[in-house]
Amino acid sequence: MKLKLKETSALPGFGLSLGYTVFYLSLIVLVPLSALVFRSSELGFSGFFETIRHPRVLASFQVTFLSAFKAALVSVVFGVTVAWFLVRGRFPLKRLVDALVDLPFALPTAVSGIALTALFAPNSTMGGALAGLGVKVAFTPTGITVAMIFIGLPFVIRSVQPALADLNTELEEAALSLGASRFQTLWRVVLPLLAPPILSGFTLAFSRALGEYGSVVFIAGNMPMKTEVASLLIITKLEQFDYAGATAIAVALLSLSLLAILLINLIQTRATRYLGNA
Amino acid sequence: MSITIQNISKTFGSFQALNNVSLEVPSGGLTALLGPSGSGKTTLLRIVAGLESADAGTGGKILFDGLPVTDNPVNRRQVGFVFQHYALFRHLTVFENIAFGLRVKPRAERLSRDAIRERVTELLKLVQLEQLAQRFPAQLSGGQRQRIALARALAIQPKVLLLDEPFGALDAQVRAELRRWLRHLHDTIHVTSIFVTHDQEEALEVADSIVVMNKGGIEQVGAPNEVFQNPATEFVMKFLGDVNVFHGRIHNDAPVFTDELKDANGVRLLVRPHDLTVQLYPGTGISLPAQVYRVLTAGPLVKIELLNSQNNLVQVHIPHDVYQAMPVKPGQQVYLVPKESRLYGNGNERIEYVI
Repeated sequence: MKLKLKETSALPGFGLSLGYTVFYLSLIVLVPLSALVFRSSELGFSGFFETIRHPRVLASFQVTFLSAFKAALVSVVFGVTVAWFLVRGRFPLKRLVDALVDLPFALPTAVSGIALTALFAPNSTMGGALAGLGVKVAFTPTGITVAMIFIGLPFVIRSVQPALADLNTELEEAALSLGASRFQTLWRVVLPLLAPPILSGFTLAFSRALGEYGSVVFIAGNMPMKTEVASLLIITKLEQFDYAGATAIAVALLSLSLLAILLINLIQTRATRYLGNA
Repeated sequence: MSITIQNISKTFGSFQALNNVSLEVPSGGLTALLGPSGSGKTTLLRIVAGLESADAGTGGKILFDGLPVTDNPVNRRQVGFVFQHYALFRHLTVFENIAFGLRVKPRAERLSRDAIRERVTELLKLVQLEQLAQRFPAQLSGGQRQRIALARALAIQPKVLLLDEPFGALDAQVRAELRRWLRHLHDTIHVTSIFVTHDQEEALEVADSIVVMNKGGIEQVGAPNEVFQNPATEFVMKFLGDVNVFHGRIHNDAPVFTDELKDANGVRLLVRPHDLTVQLYPGTGISLPAQVYRVLTAGPLVKIELLNSQNNLVQVHIPHDVYQAMPVKPGQQVYLVPKESRLYGNGNERIEYVI
């Protein structure tokens, strides 16, 4: 197989750009990742599996993946709504609201973690009110999910927003003229057309939530077996100078995330088969 | 189903798109709304469809068969609407696009799955694209997409069919073909149809009746032959084809064409290029001096470009055999005699006179 750019490409220098791409990909992504695998291999097969099959580790994986999944789902619901509002709505200070969306991106994660904890802690006004209703947020898996929604929401909004802006209103008018109700138009026309950006927003929010540390640790309470996320466990191992154990958990986390993202991409390919590459 | 439009006005901000428009569209006809961009034709069509609402408080009404539908939203008006850029659902196959209107009906009115399949197949046959049922819109040509959009609109058995510049996005050859096909289709199904176009040739060729619009109002309504042969206003005359304009004034009850352009008694003589004959000597009636500038013999007619005494370009189209009998050369002084022409005063209105 001969590697080259498309015949008609306007950009020259295939060899140079290939070398550049491979060099940086290696330097920034592949070398650190292989170091991870290399370091964890010190444990040998049995040692590796013993580490990651420890009940505490398995419990942390479960908490992390479940919370991240729930958070990504909630982010999708609210993110699409906010994006819709920002694109189609007309209201004062729209640009300010639009800018505020990016705040969780810009905020140091520790700051958002402390803010959320202060807000939801049982001795705060809001946390107290919620506790009165029998809802405990801080120091429970729900708290972890809340923190993950906070950091995941902008990813969904920013993925959906441009696609929604490009969505031709004629399509909605066509559906209405054919007798569809507003709900049918949304369900049968708008949402299917927004499926690809919604899925990529979901993927981004999900993968960001999987690795989230700073904003989660404060509100989680970090009780082993209950509210301990995988990234915290890695730090714990490091603090105990168990470098091989930490990398083993990291490798497992990495493989699982990769698998999840591959799966979502597969769904995405199916969702866009109408673009003509069926 | 007849359509009655009564006193419709529409403003967008400070722009008056429609100014108190009333129109009667007879049942079963194919009517063209013809006008330049900004004349309000698309806005009027969208108001008939219910996609846009007329200004409130001006007493505007839309009636289908005498029954008011002004307050019905678009999804309860039962109109078939065809968009200029097709507006096909690109995530659905051609089959599902056509079936859309049938599938979204309330359960009580919905056809069975088999009945839907039958109806869609029937429509695919009508638009002659049965073989494309399982394709996605992205895999079709522009002409095919527009035919599918038409089939989709017809699936709900609309009371009226509304087409917004249906051939506007297609290239010339496909346009001409689809135009004839639409006429043929209309002769088969007889649904009351209105289509919007800015192409006079398209309107003259396809429609039973033409509504010429300008600046938010209606200039003339009539059969194609009527609006072409007897344009009510100068605008209609100019919009329906090429015209040469000669400025002049009325002197002793007869038009005189001199160099004065603006005059209290100013008149304008409008003559189509094929209604002028070229003579070497002045005649007894109106004959306008001009100098030949360029002669183009390639094409079905010989096109002669001349400069008149006011140094304006005049176009004359004559058959090849007439030209062969009396060829002219650039620079030659000749006289132009109108066979058929129309005189308009300073208003827009037409002045009757006999050459």
